[in-house]
Amino acid sequence: MPASERAPLPASGAASGLSRRRFLGTVPVAGLGVAVLTSCGDSDDSGAKDGSGRTVVEWWHISTSEPARGLWNARAKAFEAAHPDVRIKVVTLENDAFKSKLTALTSSGKLPDVYHTWGGGVLKQQVDAGLVEDLTDSVSTWIDTLVPASREPYEFDKKTYAVPNDIGAVGFWYNKALFKKAKIASPPTTWVAFLDTVRTLKAAGITPIALGGKEKWPGMYYWAYLAMRLAGVDGMQQAAEAKDFTGDAFVKAGEHLEDLVDLAPFQKGFLGAPYSSPTGQAATMGNGKTAMELMGQWAPREQAAAGKGIGDDLGFFPFPAVEGGKGRGTDVFGGGGGYALRKGAPQEAVDFLKYFVSAESERLLVKGTGIIPVNKDAQDALTDPNLKAVLAMLNKSTGFQLYLDQAYPPAVGQEVNDSVAALIAGSKSPEQVTRSVTQVAKSQ
Amino acid sequence: MTDTTTAAPPAPAVPPVHTAPRPLARRARDWLTAVLFTVPALVLFLLLVLAPILYALYVSLFNWGGFGAPSDFVGLDNFSRLLDDPVFLGDLWRGLLLVALSVGLQLPFALAMAVVLNQRLRGRAVYRMLFFAPYVLSEVVTGVLFSMIFAPDSGLADRVLGAIGLDGVGGLWFAGQDTVLPTLFLVMTWKYFGFHMMLYLAGLQGIPAELHEAARIDGAGPWQRFRYLTLPLLGPTIRMSVFLSVIGAIQLFDLVWVVTQGGPDHHSETMAVTLFQFGFKRYQVGYASAISIAMFLISLVFALAYQRFVLRRDTEGALTTMRTTPVRATVKRASR
Repeated sequence: MPASERAPLPASGAASGLSRRRFLGTVPVAGLGVAVLTSCGDSDDSGAKDGSGRTVVEWWHISTSEPARGLWNARAKAFEAAHPDVRIKVVTLENDAFKSKLTALTSSGKLPDVYHTWGGGVLKQQVDAGLVEDLTDSVSTWIDTLVPASREPYEFDKKTYAVPNDIGAVGFWYNKALFKKAKIASPPTTWVAFLDTVRTLKAAGITPIALGGKEKWPGMYYWAYLAMRLAGVDGMQQAAEAKDFTGDAFVKAGEHLEDLVDLAPFQKGFLGAPYSSPTGQAATMGNGKTAMELMGQWAPREQAAAGKGIGDDLGFFPFPAVEGGKGRGTDVFGGGGGYALRKGAPQEAVDFLKYFVSAESERLLVKGTGIIPVNKDAQDALTDPNLKAVLAMLNKSTGFQLYLDQAYPPAVGQEVNDSVAALIAGSKSPEQVTRSVTQVAKSQ
Repeated sequence: MTDTTTAAPPAPAVPPVHTAPRPLARRARDWLTAVLFTVPALVLFLLLVLAPILYALYVSLFNWGGFGAPSDFVGLDNFSRLLDDPVFLGDLWRGLLLVALSVGLQLPFALAMAVVLNQRLRGRAVYRMLFFAPYVLSEVVTGVLFSMIFAPDSGLADRVLGAIGLDGVGGLWFAGQDTVLPTLFLVMTWKYFGFHMMLYLAGLQGIPAELHEAARIDGAGPWQRFRYLTLPLLGPTIRMSVFLSVIGAIQLFDLVWVVTQGGPDHHSETMAVTLFQFGFKRYQVGYASAISIAMFLISLVFALAYQRFVLRRDTEGALTTMRTTPVRATVKRASR
């Protein structure tokens, strides 16, 4: 029917020549217009007011496992109760998801009001990009209640860019029962004695060390600690600034690590072993199958989570001193977590930070989740003997070096991990490690 | 079917343009409609496919950490660095090896299973379902599952081998530099052969039984029937499954990431894993983009060459029926 096909559309004023075909032709375009409009209407409410006039503070944290998650969120609720005009919008993200999401946000130039940070090179990059609020003045009245070593990773050019909420350090966790079985009287305090300990354990038929080679960072701890002991914390700093890691101390660190690897001290299949899973480093240690692991303060918790945990048999000793090195045996390698604020975050965000790291709040976190507190007044809440040993080491520390993959720009930190993993796997020499790291550092 | 243009409209107010049959104007209108209908899809394609590719190409010319706007222009440095990077060159080699293994071992195995399960067999539906089931699992689940099964000493694989007295046969699996790739291929085969088997089964069902019957009457044995009847008629299916398998091997990521993260010491790393390492771990976005462009080019060249030289026969048949010339020919024949 030709006439019906040309029927004018009631909605259209100039209906004379508008055929159905022509009308249909316009529909998809109109539909697309709607799609474009709606995608533009997406708004972000952080830092703004919500429906009831409260200031919204968006808080990103990475405490995904209970009880930490519940406790963290309860802290936000408690703050809201004390400050009726503020709403804390909590966003909980898993570690890796957090990192990639934050990377995306960083390149778009808009970060959450309050977000987790480990300080060091990553935070420095964000600071250099002008995305992070300078907190120096706003926290000056209360920042001294926090342990000085814990604040170091977040300070650049004597300015504070984030506030820590926990602190930790790396050292050797050992199985006292297995040491006793191998007739080792006391933990070693020098590298030579440490190698002897490894030999003694092997001779007694015990696997000396658990290592999660798949994830690379557990292996990096050995190289980093050895480099620290040989170059000293200042030497590490100078190398980072000069972007030159080819110095003698770093080559020697690799050689010392090679000496250890040559003893074949690790569990079977360590190159493919993850850190925390039922087949990983923590589980191997937690099930009493190896005598030692070099790990941070979270080790006892992970040993019990991924394996059975060895309870009172677990002991802690600092990384041994290295003969002839510039660094001291009391220098500590570690790091913790903290929170930074985006540039232009509301004052309420600072108030929340102050609240979150107050002695009262930290005590709750210590009791609930076993973190090592940064607030000096909350240290008495720590009862776990192993964590107390870590804290004692931190309190006595003569120097502090942040985790290399946090202290250095991400590319350099990853290259350290990668090259050291290659050294442990036997495909890179100590010199090659220092050259690879230097090359990446110079390209930054 | 009546055509609008052949019938004269009754209203005299309508301008004469519409009254006369004007093929040119009509064609233009057809074009306009076609364009208008294509625009949404085209815009989406430009926005979501072409724009990111061009952006990656642009970024790959910079030394860029992903913060702020890229400013450190380095030209083709990232690409020349690629060719010097032992890890990337290793990726290419490992990719080639996986492709060769997939096409040379996995697909023939899938074909053999398909031929077997195409016979009248007790419980063949159960077997078909069983073999296809792994394909339905996500790669992450598969990865977690097999990293437990192949855990050295404590895993199921080593325990089973130990229980039947083959203690020394198992070993490092994913944890050994030399064993990781074969183990990975084993898992890939476990996961994907069922899918290819299903494709082949569908192809086999399409071969008329009469042909086999005729061949049998002509005295062809089972091997001859397979070689000269089944295989040629299964050609289109095989060519498509090879294509899917190769592209899958080039883009392999999830499984490797979950099981080994490319380790130990890069011995199971693929291009996609290296790309992820540089893009999201090291934040060397420029270099990562160069890898992505290289990956894209490899896939593109392969796909085009494969379309041109291998799939041509299959796609040509499909296209010719849509072309106008054969239709005209039929019309001519009909009118004759």
